[in-house]
Amino acid sequence: MKGLKVYAIAYLLFLYAPIFLLPMFAFNDADIIAFPLSGFTTHWFEELTRNAALQAAVRNSLIIAASTAVLSTILGICAARAATMADWPLKRPMMGLIMLPLVLPEIIVAVSLLVVIVQVFGLGLSNTTIIAAHTLICMPFSIAVLNGAFQNLDPALEEAALDLGESRWSAFRLVILPLVMPGIISSLLISFTISLDEFIIAFFLSGANPTMPVYIWGLLRFPGQLPVVMAMGTILVALSIVLLTIAEIMRRRGLKRAGLKDTGGFL
Amino acid sequence: MTLIQLTGVNKHFGDYHALRDIDLEIQQGEFFSLLGPSGCGKTTLLRTIAGFEDVGTGAIRIDGRDMKGVGPNLRPTNMVFQSYAIFPHLSVAENVGFGLRRADMTREEKTRAVGQALEMVGLGGYGARAANALSGGQRQRVALARALILEPKVLLLDEPLSALDKKIREQMQVELIKLQREVGITFILVTHDQEEALVMSDRIAVMFDGGIGQMDDPETLYRRPKSKRVAEFIGMMNFLDGEVTQTGARIEVKVQGLGRCTVESEQAPGGVAPGPVGIGIRPETLSLLFEGETTTRKQVDAVVDEVVYYGDMTYYDMRVAGIDKPLTLSMKNLIGRPVLDVGTETRVAWDERSLVLLGR
Amino acid sequence: MFRKRLTDSGRRGLILVSPPFLYGVLLLAVPLATVLLFSFWTQDYLTIDTSFTFANYSEALADPLYMQLLRGSLLIAGAVTVATVLLAFPIAYFVSFHVQPSRKSLWLFLITIPFWTSYLIRVFLWKVILGYNGVLNSSLTGLGLIDEPLSFILYNANAVVITLAHAFAPFAILPIFVALEKIDRSLLEASLDLGETRLTTFLRVTLPLAMPGVVAAVLIVFIPTIGDYVTPRLVGGPDGLMIANMIQTQFLKLNNAPMGATLAILAMLSVTAVSLAFIWLNRRWLRGPR
Repeated sequence: MKGLKVYAIAYLLFLYAPIFLLPMFAFNDADIIAFPLSGFTTHWFEELTRNAALQAAVRNSLIIAASTAVLSTILGICAARAATMADWPLKRPMMGLIMLPLVLPEIIVAVSLLVVIVQVFGLGLSNTTIIAAHTLICMPFSIAVLNGAFQNLDPALEEAALDLGESRWSAFRLVILPLVMPGIISSLLISFTISLDEFIIAFFLSGANPTMPVYIWGLLRFPGQLPVVMAMGTILVALSIVLLTIAEIMRRRGLKRAGLKDTGGFL
Repeated sequence: MTLIQLTGVNKHFGDYHALRDIDLEIQQGEFFSLLGPSGCGKTTLLRTIAGFEDVGTGAIRIDGRDMKGVGPNLRPTNMVFQSYAIFPHLSVAENVGFGLRRADMTREEKTRAVGQALEMVGLGGYGARAANALSGGQRQRVALARALILEPKVLLLDEPLSALDKKIREQMQVELIKLQREVGITFILVTHDQEEALVMSDRIAVMFDGGIGQMDDPETLYRRPKSKRVAEFIGMMNFLDGEVTQTGARIEVKVQGLGRCTVESEQAPGGVAPGPVGIGIRPETLSLLFEGETTTRKQVDAVVDEVVYYGDMTYYDMRVAGIDKPLTLSMKNLIGRPVLDVGTETRVAWDERSLVLLGR
Repeated sequence: MFRKRLTDSGRRGLILVSPPFLYGVLLLAVPLATVLLFSFWTQDYLTIDTSFTFANYSEALADPLYMQLLRGSLLIAGAVTVATVLLAFPIAYFVSFHVQPSRKSLWLFLITIPFWTSYLIRVFLWKVILGYNGVLNSSLTGLGLIDEPLSFILYNANAVVITLAHAFAPFAILPIFVALEKIDRSLLEASLDLGETRLTTFLRVTLPLAMPGVVAAVLIVFIPTIGDYVTPRLVGGPDGLMIANMIQTQFLKLNNAPMGATLAILAMLSVTAVSLAFIWLNRRWLRGPR
């Protein structure tokens, strides 16, 4: 018991080691990323505001992440709602295909889309291609989050609304939607976060405008730019933690609203 | 006046025959129960009346109107669900007023109607509460108010009391009966609890394997079950083998261990034919003769085989010559009446009028 | 017949699932089929020869470089998987059995947070930690534990294993945790009651019942690891490169899509083969899920 607890804390340290280091270098007054630290500065954050290319990449990533979040959540709602319905022929293989990106190496998704878009259709690469691919890989995560929300619903609730005079659509709008709303919000946030951070696919599919991770990848080869990247990473980590905390609070609120006990994380 | 009429209703789920040839008429203002073991089709039947399931073949008419293709939202029925299906994101008042959204009423009229409905079920002043904060019995009342506020022609209740504790359940049974008399709406109750059905209903349909085994008022159902299956399901009964020797207005029958008897034709509700027949006899129609007691009823020698003491009643299993299984009988524990020990030799009094000849 | 069995609810389910399903067909099934098709074609500079041939496969299978990369990738992915799952199991066990129910979701939340933070930067920071003058070496020399910096921890397979074990931690912990949570605690009491010790109870009851979670964890770590090329490139050095790097090179640098497709298919086939072999072994020897 005691040994396990020590191990657990050591493991958490291992998990958090890179994240603790990030702000140290972001505020470190030196051009190289190494110890010993040489003093406090906010210089790198100021540099960040002057870097137009980086800002363009960030803007690009935000657009992609927001579009991906909306698309994958809408498709996820359809699939998660369908999963709670009675069986239809080929239900399992159909759901299997939809969930497949969860276990497929990302590079496979990336190259197969690249081949189809460029070689087969001769289309150019753009933000649209990245959004399409990100929606594909975010959809299973959205479904996993939304499944919890939909499966916790008593099917009698929809029937009760129908019985009290509502149509299928208004029953969905008045009863089901409000009850799964926390799930929808956490699905939006999780897809947003995944897309914002995704590199492998974006690297293959980005056109003239790089996304933020693709831009950072380019910077990693120029050590002089690295402290700026650290500053940027610090902001991103802080943002991710805020978004995920909101997602987690939403998930718990959803469980509470449905009158259920908390059973674990969102995966 | 006939309010609901089902003719030749059949329903299949894949290969499973869920409803078989259901013919049923329910009167305006009646408290009608569908009783049966789980999986007998009673809930499916209720859901076809509500419009949640299509009928395969046959027709359902409510108030003279064919319900084919009419969705649950357009039928003059409302339902109290087994899980109550209280909308967890709405307050008590919002739940009760849910169905009034499309009603042609002002906001004040709606508020008043909700208030009245809550008063009716004894939840006056609970309107602002969160639905999640209610107890089981209160959720049940909210579900009732929510369904009744729309003044349906028929209220459908799917095992509404099964989730409640015994005490609250019995209290709610009485309240439901009162409420039904008050509003005069036809109630259709689904239950697997025979006692509940007997206590509450004007008429009961006992269902087995998707079909109706017997449909009668509670007393007839209890006293004159048509088949062994119905008799087994409702209350306790002793089953004896017999043989019909003569039919007609009076039926001659030879009963295992009890000898030759003559019974009225109404004691064979399932019909009768010469030959072997099953005989049923309720424990409370048999009695023990305690020391010094005499009776003009028929008697047979018996030995106490088992005693089960219930407080107000004692159940005895009695061994009788010529009967392979012991006869069960119940005696009220009146003042001065002892509880007999196993092995006591005594006599059992019985009556030809309490025999029931059971059909196949 | 087909249509008749479909219930009303099933029909609505089918309609609802159509948009995501069609999306999956268009953006996943069709592209995967195209990659398969491409792997049977050849390319000469910019023209693609669409005649059906196994030339790519025979070339790839004969080339020691490709085979070395594929073998190396499988070995690294295997090592990453073993390390990740072994490190993860005690954590999952700790959270499931020794953390109060009300605090479990906090622990899971803490475990998942690092996973959601910028992947590229995280990998880069491992390079900083493990480097010759990195955090680890400077602290160890500073503490006087070692005389000169350790060099075996960066730019080789070890670094890749450490970094990926970090990256996939929550993927390994969560399925094992879920499997452990499902174990009825009275089973453990029953085992103790029947005379087993805590250790033998763990081996005879807990571990077999947790196997479905372990299998899921193994697959969910092993499969995507093969496709990673960021970690090998940043911390792997020359012998840490993996097949994904070569696929990337074929597509983006050498412009040889058919060979890239062939390597992608070969990588997927070997991953599938190893995964199936693992599932089969597990069923046969470890009494896992049936």
